[in-house]
Amino acid sequence: MEQTNFQLKKQDAQTHEWDTRLHHATKATREDWIGRGISYFCIGIIILVVASMLWFITSKGIATFTQNHVSLWKFLSGTDWAPDQGKIGALPMILGSFAVTFAAAIVATPFAVGTAIFMTEISPNRGRKFLQPVIELLVGIPSVVYGFIGLAVIVPFMRHLVGGSGFGIISATFVLFVMVLPTITSMTVDSLRAVPRYYKEASLALGATRWQTVSRVILRSATSGILTAVIFGMARAFGEALAVQMVIGNAAVMPKNLISPASTLTSQLTTGIGDTIDGTLPNNALWSLALILLLMSLFFNALVRVIAKRGQLKHER
Amino acid sequence: MNKGSKLAMGIAALSLLLVGCGKATSSTSSKGSSEALSGKVTAVGSTALQPLAAKAGANFTTKNSKVNLTVQGGGSGTGLSQVQAGAVSIGDSDIFAEEKAGIKADKLTDHKVAVVGMAPVVNKDAGIKNLKMAQVKKIFTGKITNWKEVGGKDQKIVIINRAQGSGTRATFENAVLKGATAVKSQEQDSNGAVQKIVATTPGAVSYLAFSYFTNKLQAVSIDNVTPTDSNVENNKWKIWSYEHMYTKGTPDKATAAFLKYMNSKDVQNSLVKDMGYISIHDMKVTKDAKGVVTQN
Repeated sequence: MEQTNFQLKKQDAQTHEWDTRLHHATKATREDWIGRGISYFCIGIIILVVASMLWFITSKGIATFTQNHVSLWKFLSGTDWAPDQGKIGALPMILGSFAVTFAAAIVATPFAVGTAIFMTEISPNRGRKFLQPVIELLVGIPSVVYGFIGLAVIVPFMRHLVGGSGFGIISATFVLFVMVLPTITSMTVDSLRAVPRYYKEASLALGATRWQTVSRVILRSATSGILTAVIFGMARAFGEALAVQMVIGNAAVMPKNLISPASTLTSQLTTGIGDTIDGTLPNNALWSLALILLLMSLFFNALVRVIAKRGQLKHER
Repeated sequence: MNKGSKLAMGIAALSLLLVGCGKATSSTSSKGSSEALSGKVTAVGSTALQPLAAKAGANFTTKNSKVNLTVQGGGSGTGLSQVQAGAVSIGDSDIFAEEKAGIKADKLTDHKVAVVGMAPVVNKDAGIKNLKMAQVKKIFTGKITNWKEVGGKDQKIVIINRAQGSGTRATFENAVLKGATAVKSQEQDSNGAVQKIVATTPGAVSYLAFSYFTNKLQAVSIDNVTPTDSNVENNKWKIWSYEHMYTKGTPDKATAAFLKYMNSKDVQNSLVKDMGYISIHDMKVTKDAKGVVTQN
């Protein structure tokens, strides 16, 4: 009897212990909660920052149309930019931005893809030891340094080569070419490395030469990755302000050719924003330019997502 | 101690620190005696005035160590709109508040602290040393496009403007173009950039404050008047402007003391001149916001 009693007591104690264990969080669970709480907190703050930036730029950017009653079409298609006199045609800057962006991407892509093939297929060892650090170094150089080199080297060089003042889209293209090269190269390297090894092996086993393997198998299966890389490069070129502003000449006129001064959305923003008064048309017009920049970067991001999705589907098949 | 709580403590410590900082900077308690001036003065705006304001500010704070004085650039427009919004104690500007759309000038108090003379500058190769005022106007409105038309080399004129809305450009256009519209051309956002580009680009012409002249570029006389301080003082040289420090309402003690210091002989007779500005005390004429000049 006593023994059973004791057993019962013991059982009781055990149930009690189980009870507390099951109904109260363990240390590990609490850690989980804290960790999750901190993560949610951080995510919340980031979302808040992004949302408030979107809201801020949008609300400021549309003031040109809602408060100053400029028609959107006139803003986008007008070619006369003199905000102090109430003329805000943004087409010269929009064209300038697109021109330097596409030109830089077109010039940089072959170099980037070539370098990436060298680093992954032709000489992976030297690539990793030598080229990788060089490319990482290029990413780390501040844009003002690129701009300064552009001003001191590229602009005079262009002046000697093609005449004019040397300022213009072509100088900006060359500065941006160096700036987007590392972005496109390193992302292309990643996408080439992600090509499954058996693709290459199968191709070589079928008797294809190295060049055939690279050009017809590896590059083809990495196409979506390379396109993503190019678009990221373009996004960087589109948003670059300082370096471009130093070499493009900042003339708000329609770009007639590659060697006369032009301007981009970013270069107008950086030169103009300090001299305008909050709430006036010149200031609002600059915010509208910023809104275009924002929409374009959203567009680039969306494009990257679409391409990445298509690429995934291809690999699964 | 596990990772989670370490992180939490870290965050807590950080937030405490931030709160602490907030308090430290916002405290403007002036419990000091009547001598020891304290407080926070922020001067924001004109990049043309910035070097002088920063230097004078540094001297001022060595004498009044309890005053926390910050000088920032940002442009005349920024200075005027920030002081109008009450965000800063002093708004630095190259132009009269009356000249800027969107600024209610009657709400602001003007303190003129220096004068800056500006002159056209050309690349040395162009072979130009003197121009007539009408020629300068024709160059910047795009009617003259080659230096040979005004007695220089057969070389295309490359106009380098300052950004629209810049104080320097406003001063130059008021004095030279007199309402005409400048031809669309390159725009640079700082005196330094203009200085470098004019020195290196053949046929380039722009305009700079006297303090930015170097022997690598040619300052141009207009109607045989040379751009010198003494010619500005008696208004023989027409292209000049005041450097303004604007305040809103009654400035607090520290701000008032700093403004007084800017106008003192200490600053006006040495610092102002050393840094290439012209002393407000030496001016023999006065210009108002509409550009009307009267003899003192």
